[in-house]
Amino acid sequence: MSNILSLTTFIPLGGAIILALLLRGDDAAAQRNAKWVAMSTSLVTFVVSLFILSNFDPSDTGFQFVEERTWLAGLQYKMGVDGISILFVMLTTFLMPLVFASCWNVTTRVKEYMIAFLLLETLMLGVFMALDLVLFYLFFEAGLIPMFLIIGIWGGKNRIYASFKFFLYTFLGSVLMLVAMVAMFYHAGTTDIALLLSPEVSFASDPITVLGLNIMGGAQTLMWIAFFASFAVKMPMWPVHTWLPDAHVQAPTAGSVVLAAILLKMGGYGFLRFSLPMFPIGSEVMGPLVLWLSAIAIVYTSLVALVQEDMKKLIAYSSVAHMGYVTMGIFAVNQQGIDGAIFQMISHGFISGALFLCVGVIYDRMHTREIDAYGGLVNRMPAYALIFMFFTMANVGLPGTSGFIGEFLVLIGIFQVNTWVAAIATTGVIFSAVYALWLYRRVVMGDLIKESLKSITDMTKREKLIFVPLVTMTLLLGVYPALVLDIIGPSVEALVENYETAVAGFAPVSPVASH
Amino acid sequence: MISADIQIVMPEILLAIYAMLALLAAVYTNKDKSASLLTWVTSGLFVLMGLWIGINGQGTQTAFDGMFNDDAFSRFAKVAILLSAAAVLMMSEAYMKRRGLLRFEYPILVALSVVGMMVMVSAGDLMALYMGLELQSLSLYVVASLRRDSVKSTEAGLKYFVLGALSSGLLLYGASLTYGFAGTTLFSGIIEASAHHPSLGLLFGIVFLVSGLAFKVSAAPFHMWTPDVYEGSPTPVTAFFATAPKFAAMAMFARVVHDAFGHIVSDWQQIVALLAVVSMFLGAIAAIGQKDIKRLMAYSSIAHMGFALMGLAAGTVLGVQAMLIYMAIYVTMNIGAFAFILGMERDGRPVTSIESLKMYSKRQPLRALALLVLMFSLAGVPPMVGFFGKFYVLRAAFDAGLAWLAIAGVIASVIGAFYYLRIVYYMYFGEETEPLDGKMNPVLWGFLMAASLAMVIGVFNLFGIEPIAQAAAEALVH
Repeated sequence: MSNILSLTTFIPLGGAIILALLLRGDDAAAQRNAKWVAMSTSLVTFVVSLFILSNFDPSDTGFQFVEERTWLAGLQYKMGVDGISILFVMLTTFLMPLVFASCWNVTTRVKEYMIAFLLLETLMLGVFMALDLVLFYLFFEAGLIPMFLIIGIWGGKNRIYASFKFFLYTFLGSVLMLVAMVAMFYHAGTTDIALLLSPEVSFASDPITVLGLNIMGGAQTLMWIAFFASFAVKMPMWPVHTWLPDAHVQAPTAGSVVLAAILLKMGGYGFLRFSLPMFPIGSEVMGPLVLWLSAIAIVYTSLVALVQEDMKKLIAYSSVAHMGYVTMGIFAVNQQGIDGAIFQMISHGFISGALFLCVGVIYDRMHTREIDAYGGLVNRMPAYALIFMFFTMANVGLPGTSGFIGEFLVLIGIFQVNTWVAAIATTGVIFSAVYALWLYRRVVMGDLIKESLKSITDMTKREKLIFVPLVTMTLLLGVYPALVLDIIGPSVEALVENYETAVAGFAPVSPVASH
Repeated sequence: MISADIQIVMPEILLAIYAMLALLAAVYTNKDKSASLLTWVTSGLFVLMGLWIGINGQGTQTAFDGMFNDDAFSRFAKVAILLSAAAVLMMSEAYMKRRGLLRFEYPILVALSVVGMMVMVSAGDLMALYMGLELQSLSLYVVASLRRDSVKSTEAGLKYFVLGALSSGLLLYGASLTYGFAGTTLFSGIIEASAHHPSLGLLFGIVFLVSGLAFKVSAAPFHMWTPDVYEGSPTPVTAFFATAPKFAAMAMFARVVHDAFGHIVSDWQQIVALLAVVSMFLGAIAAIGQKDIKRLMAYSSIAHMGFALMGLAAGTVLGVQAMLIYMAIYVTMNIGAFAFILGMERDGRPVTSIESLKMYSKRQPLRALALLVLMFSLAGVPPMVGFFGKFYVLRAAFDAGLAWLAIAGVIASVIGAFYYLRIVYYMYFGEETEPLDGKMNPVLWGFLMAASLAMVIGVFNLFGIEPIAQAAAEALVH
């Protein structure tokens, strides 16, 4: 089983090729076949990925299941997982079958739709497993193509604007990262991530002057900024988050789920994989900025979420706020902070995915996402009201759900580093309760007055089934977080240790001081 | 002695003789009736010759006292030129025949211009270089105005001629200055004369030479002719302009700056870097507003030339290697894209407006997918091969300390991505409009599919051109 990572990554691609080459026609039967092929492909991928998880040894902080082959231009095809990446792999393979289940009602260009999502799954898995800078970049960037098409072809009214904004925004962020990768290749002579992570390789951190500005941390800070440009957009962090609400609102339900649950996590994963361990000095210099940006993001986007009239937009802004906790936890650089950040990302994958699915359920019935168009759904949709309630609470961070663990750990972590930021971020917890509960009240509670809603039906069996795994995971991680923490713990510990050794001799005066 | 020299220039001589004989034969027999056959024979000959040069050639040899080089670099360029010219000829046959454009002169003129290109890329002397360049250009001027009764086509030919003559003048002036201050027209002599503290006159010579060369590769700010000529010429001719001559001009550019001025890289580096950055941004920005796909491809080619020049600006082996790989990928992408454009018809008439592609994917999913792959590849989005072209070039630029150029390049590529995406947008997201014809010539279809497949499969190892390009670059750079 030495190729298990490649196998997992490329099974969905295989499914996509089978669909593209063998499936003909666009009648109901062909559409059903396309859905089943996609569904079974993603289930197989999930089963195979379970083998990875079961054979994974959490106490080993290095990379496992490593595959290596030479490629062109001094690059290599290298894959591997460690404690930080394995859970993202699992999150992806776990969620994709649910995504396919959720698009069972799609009827336009089904075959292409399934192919796009299968390609996307391959590319997302590749991002989390790649151990070569350029290979990582390749997967990271290529994901834009299917997502661009998903938003553009199957999206809402304003999809063209949203798809272009999504593509160009993220493309601009990541090409700067490409330049930094070329710089790393030039300085270190290798693009092997495992080598670049080892303490022997470190990038110059003597102050340098660029355009009259004296840059603390020198080349490391510059490269850090270039990577930050990419990951901050992907995450997305305030103030470069504006593409996300547009993309979410216009994307079809399944697209929103993938975007919120998995694609956003690439940014956080990137910070953990590249920014912290490879540019520790750069992180030390720029870290305080990230903490404050995160604090602003949490409060600001929570307030913005409060005034939204579109459900998806509201949840999108809430995602930005939750990602604020993640960046904050990562750049607190202590065990609790990073543990919390990873935990938050995993749990947000389940919760935000579920919330978008909840919106999808009523959107499929009423074809509107406007909050004002609803009210009193509980009268006709009791099961829906229950599930929506559960995930609203999880989103707020109610103890007993996974949302609580992540936020709490992050806040503990950040409190040790910067009390003010911690205090501001904690207010975000209250705000999130305000907008989430208010949304719930307006959509679900009250009397059913609206004429159009009088005949709305409750969730079908298929829809209920989709939520079962999500509810299970959210509860399970909420009451037994060790499931996640035991796996990520040792790797995070090693990461923090390496970071602290690297910055031990470095004392920042001020972030970017002009001499 | 002379027989050894002739041995080296044998491919060029053979091709020239073939062109003459074909001309005679066609004139004295049934004229345009044989044009079809002649086109196929010529392209077949190109392929054979490309294989012959590619497989047979070895080592570095010079002929006629250094006026003519046969090295890995010139062979790489020749193979690329011959194969792309063959591809374009094959693609144009059916298109031109149906419109009554297929005269027997067309393949012959293309063959002559290919001879010129082959001389250009292997020239070791300013005179030889100019001879090759003029042979190429004169043939191209005529081909541009092949559609005699069309105002646009004749305008394109005339514009190309006037501006081409101007650029040749610039180049000649540079050559004469160089000759005056170096005392020789041989590259091997110029490089010695310029090795230490080149005189001011020589520097002026470089400036004029580079300006003339920039005209030929259509780098901004010497690009003005490109959009008009691309738009006005018959589409197969445009396809030809976008491929083989571009490669030849770029290879000649590399030949001159490295062979003749290889010891004073820092003197021409800034000029080339400036040309690169202006071309990249101009190509990217000016293409946004285009409605005609041929004009769009013209601006796209300007932007791509900017990227190739970025590799050249590095002034290193890595840089020349990157430039060669970039150009090879660019030419492949353009063959695919033009195969598609040649197939764009409505009621049998050629259409070139971008809007006519609206919802193309609904009716022709496979062809739309192929064009989508090519567009993303042109935009440089991984995993398409176009990305690797950019990666090589960026690496070379960074390696040579031109980090600013690399950053400018990636920003320009983001701007450029917009208009490639716009084509995808029309094909996939647009509203239904009057459909294009569903039929496509099988030859065009084949080239379209092959090119787009190459853009995907190439991700494994770029079809092994990396070591070949490296050997070629090592043969050139001192």
